[in-house]
Amino acid sequence: MSQAPANERAAIELVGIDKKFGAVHANKNINLSVAKGSIHGIIGENGAGKSTLMSILYGFYHADSGEIRIDGKPVAIRDSQAAIAAGIGMVHQHFMLVENFTVLENLMLGAEGGMLLKGGVTRARGELKRLASDYGLEVDPDAVVEELAVGLQQRVEILKAMYRGAEILILDEPTGVLTPAEADHLFRILKVLRDQGKTVILITHKLREIMAITDTVSVMRRGEMVATRKTSETTVEELAELMVGRRVLLRVEKGAANPGAVVLSVKNLTVKDGRGVTMVDNVSFDVRAGEIVGIAGVAGNGQSELLEAISGIRPPTSGEILIDGIPIGRADPARLRDLGLAHIPEDRHHMGLVLRFEEYENAILGYHRDPKYGGMFLDLDAIRKDAVDKIEKYDIRPPNPRLKTANFSGGNQQKIVVAREIERDPKLLLIGQPTRGVDIGAIEFIHRRIIDMRDAGKAQLLVSVELDEIRALSDRILVMFAGQIVGEKTADAGEQTLGLMMAGIAA
Amino acid sequence: MDLFDILVSILGSTIRLSVPLVFTALAGLFSERAGVFDIGLEGKMLAAAFAAACAAYVTGSPWLGLLAGIGVSVAFSILHGFASITNRGNQIVSGVAINFFVAGLTIVLGQAWFGQGGRTPQLPPDGRFSPIILPGADALRGVPVVGPLYANVISGNNILTYMAFLAVPISWWILYRTRFGLRLRAVGENPGAVDTAGISVTWLRYRAVICAGILCGFSGTYLAVAQSAAFIKDMSAGKGYIALAALIFAKWKPVPVMFACLLFGFLDAFANFMQGKAIPGIGEVPVQIFQALPYVLTCVLLAGFIGVARPPKAGGVPYTKER
Amino acid sequence: MNTASLPLPGWITYGLIPLINLVLAFFFSGLVVWFIGENPFDALALMLEGALGSGEGIGFTLYYATNFIFTGLSVAVAIHAGLFNIGSEGQAYIGGLGAALVALALDRYVPWYVTMPFAIAGAAIFGAAWAFIPAFLQAKRGSHIVITTIMFNFIGAALMVYLLVNVLIVPGKMAPETRTFLEGGQLPKLDWLMALFGLKLGPAPFNVSFLIALAMCLVVWLLVWRTKLGYEMRTLGISPTAAVYAGIPYSRTVIIAMLISGGLAGMMALNPVLGASARLQVEFVGGAGFVGIAVSLMGRNHPAGIILAAILFGILYQGGDWVSFEMPNITREMIVVIQGLVILFAGALEYMCRPALARLYYSMAKRGV
Repeated sequence: MSQAPANERAAIELVGIDKKFGAVHANKNINLSVAKGSIHGIIGENGAGKSTLMSILYGFYHADSGEIRIDGKPVAIRDSQAAIAAGIGMVHQHFMLVENFTVLENLMLGAEGGMLLKGGVTRARGELKRLASDYGLEVDPDAVVEELAVGLQQRVEILKAMYRGAEILILDEPTGVLTPAEADHLFRILKVLRDQGKTVILITHKLREIMAITDTVSVMRRGEMVATRKTSETTVEELAELMVGRRVLLRVEKGAANPGAVVLSVKNLTVKDGRGVTMVDNVSFDVRAGEIVGIAGVAGNGQSELLEAISGIRPPTSGEILIDGIPIGRADPARLRDLGLAHIPEDRHHMGLVLRFEEYENAILGYHRDPKYGGMFLDLDAIRKDAVDKIEKYDIRPPNPRLKTANFSGGNQQKIVVAREIERDPKLLLIGQPTRGVDIGAIEFIHRRIIDMRDAGKAQLLVSVELDEIRALSDRILVMFAGQIVGEKTADAGEQTLGLMMAGIAA
Repeated sequence: MDLFDILVSILGSTIRLSVPLVFTALAGLFSERAGVFDIGLEGKMLAAAFAAACAAYVTGSPWLGLLAGIGVSVAFSILHGFASITNRGNQIVSGVAINFFVAGLTIVLGQAWFGQGGRTPQLPPDGRFSPIILPGADALRGVPVVGPLYANVISGNNILTYMAFLAVPISWWILYRTRFGLRLRAVGENPGAVDTAGISVTWLRYRAVICAGILCGFSGTYLAVAQSAAFIKDMSAGKGYIALAALIFAKWKPVPVMFACLLFGFLDAFANFMQGKAIPGIGEVPVQIFQALPYVLTCVLLAGFIGVARPPKAGGVPYTKER
Repeated sequence: MNTASLPLPGWITYGLIPLINLVLAFFFSGLVVWFIGENPFDALALMLEGALGSGEGIGFTLYYATNFIFTGLSVAVAIHAGLFNIGSEGQAYIGGLGAALVALALDRYVPWYVTMPFAIAGAAIFGAAWAFIPAFLQAKRGSHIVITTIMFNFIGAALMVYLLVNVLIVPGKMAPETRTFLEGGQLPKLDWLMALFGLKLGPAPFNVSFLIALAMCLVVWLLVWRTKLGYEMRTLGISPTAAVYAGIPYSRTVIIAMLISGGLAGMMALNPVLGASARLQVEFVGGAGFVGIAVSLMGRNHPAGIILAAILFGILYQGGDWVSFEMPNITREMIVVIQGLVILFAGALEYMCRPALARLYYSMAKRGV
């Protein structure tokens, strides 16, 4: 099990790397060997432990046990400085750039070459020119970073690593923020780097990228390195299966759907995020009463922004959202709740709950203005009685409405949110990642409630990165990729078909 | 006095009143550009003034006074760093605490040591920084326009005044032309970028607040050992806050900081001059208008009516490595 | 996982840690006293004797505490909404103007109990108005409220000096203050309350404002924990993202919270202006707004805690006066030193001892099992 793959040409080897965060076993006895002058992909779902592993490699975290070897020699990577010295460069998912600095200043930060900047500036300019011509990494050295397009900012990150003499370049989800054209350009650059003898490690959850440019691919699942394959000898199907693993199939008893009138109608919706990147791109669909529409997709393809736009949290850039045929305009979340919308948000820690509140206080979050919870004053008797009712009905444990919410388990926290939203008896329910970090028992319970809602004639829009969950619950499945809906399938569509669509390969 | 003489006199006192502001605002510049808010400038200045006055009195040397002022001010900077960098405490609260502590301690110690109600004893003339007459000042005095300006505004100031205006280009040079400056500006914007570049965020921020301490040492010393000849209780009299306003008004940039300080110093000098005088047709202009003007101008700026003042992005936020 | 970041039981977080911080603050204050050649324990004994040893001492202690209850509540309300209002000082100062104008207008015509509600309203409205502009700038233009409230402290001070020197001054007098209010514009002293405990108030200015302050503690408690507005403020203060999700309007909540905070600060003026000196004077606030920060921090932003912390600071103020009288070597400003140290240890260095305590607690817990 702990035997390291021997490879004399290995640029970097990890032997028995293990890391725990409290109860979470993020990396279990990881062994990996990356050949010099290759592009090595590491693929896995969110939370599979890829980023932790790379953070260990870059000195951000320390492994509890295990060894890192570079060019066959064991090295201790205590901090980022040691990683840089060992020839490791990293392009972070969230760029580590000083936005109001010029490209040149960012390049020099930490590698100034002396107390004064003067000599270093000349050297950096020359080096930048050389890197530009060698690797096709052109960028104006005097441009201010915040004025550059995202793709160019990423190029500055790569240049930073190269400028520090990186032989091994790690890219963490590099295409998440790029347009397809920018991503293609990035891939060309990575190939040039490889051909010049550099080693590239590409972390991603996108199968298409793996197939497009890697030489070797390793698959991580739940903290373990489950397989390593030559890219030319594997298939998307095999990788998808390795990523997901053979799960206990989720089975939810449900009858045929009986769709009624259109409740939610989304027309040509476009949403940009805080950085101005288009996350939802001209999306249109309907959700009818009595049906569950599932949105399948790899995380980061615009599902979150879609839910936020419909729930009034993030204003759309263009397009229209109608509830019962009435455009909602710029209605805020409170107004939308009055219109009969309920929302189980993707992130219960930051949105769905205030963790420092007592349970009963969270049981009214968003509905606290309802007169049944009092006028100007909170009617604590009514609120707590209501909370106790939900605790009983949803079997929330421990059954104590005065307990601080942070002290409930993940599954019980999620039940607090689900109970609050479903018990309002909404006509439209938005559901984001309903069972993330939730134990099996609670998953079954929550799924049952969602089906009951459907049978009671409610319209539901479900977003989940768990394909099994989407398939088990949905009546119709829309697949989202790069902000667009790339296809619609019925619930009996095969996992492989959907997986390929989610990877943006086939429609 | 004709109008020109009045102008020369106001400009002369503008320079003198600007000096502590320039030092202190530059101190704030170093700290805040590194991402550490510092409303304890006032306290550090006051502490330095007291220490400088005591040391200068005991040793008879203004230079040893300066050294003591800097030493004490730096000690408070390190305390601020310990609270807000090492212990990730609230930077505002830490600054408030230092201001209170110093305001009390200087008087308590002053009374205990000298028994003059918080004052320190008067310094002899050679215990202070005295005015320096630049070469040719007296000879040029008779030349129209240039002469009086040279003799009464440029010449005749003490060494700390010249150091204050020298500190502006030096600060600019440090911030924009040295490795330390590059890193300091970076850590106030994105400490993550500094950390991933293999540089210690903590040590960098400590060095920045120590720079602030040194500059506050100069401003405090100026108050007690150059402008006055003793420490008087509460002698900083809100100058730390005006300097903070000047720093914001100058959008956290060294050369504009100097001009903002000169502007605020001019308002102060002009207010002193106008006291008790009436403008024809308007009557007496209340001196408080000039006192409030620096703060009003800064608020107007902050409201976004005069360009955009963008504070250092990571300002006020303790750095944690969590991701 | 690092034990230092593990959760600790309430008695450590809310009891032991604040106590240790307070002890540290007093330890260093004692060092200062010792350093200037006096015995810290004698000073402490004198302080307690001066603050609590007589009816008059207690009266002064509670008089000072009244100021700090108001300003502490002011800071606390803003903190619950996630706002750091360090402008209580200026809001109290302007609040004094509101209170004084009411007293000047009514004192000739009506008895004090008719004046009082108008004076409360005047003080609160003026204080709130002074908080409005920083609140508006924070809510709508994103200007940092800490900086704008500092600026407004100074603008307020300049405005008040101007008004007292040029407008409100009694013609022919030198002192920049209003005329002395007649009895209809004064808040009566609480002699009877002290008499209930068999104490004589003497000249101490302990007055009805104290009861108003206690009432405000109740009002703030109700507001924060029992009203829907308070619920929305707390949601915004703890989790701005959850507030967005819950449809809680940011600008409105920020502005209302600051108006209430400013109003409470303004009401502090009732105590010195209508209760003690019966006139509006320059710099009557005297730092009470900043003490409010310390009081709120120490009292964990809860009215009950604020009352206790305010009384502690009241003891410091009154006892400090007594000490400086008995020990001429220690000046009155020793109070300010202690205040600074309390803010430092209870505020900025709040978590300094936590990692060590957490390690200790968990190693003891392990051994205990």
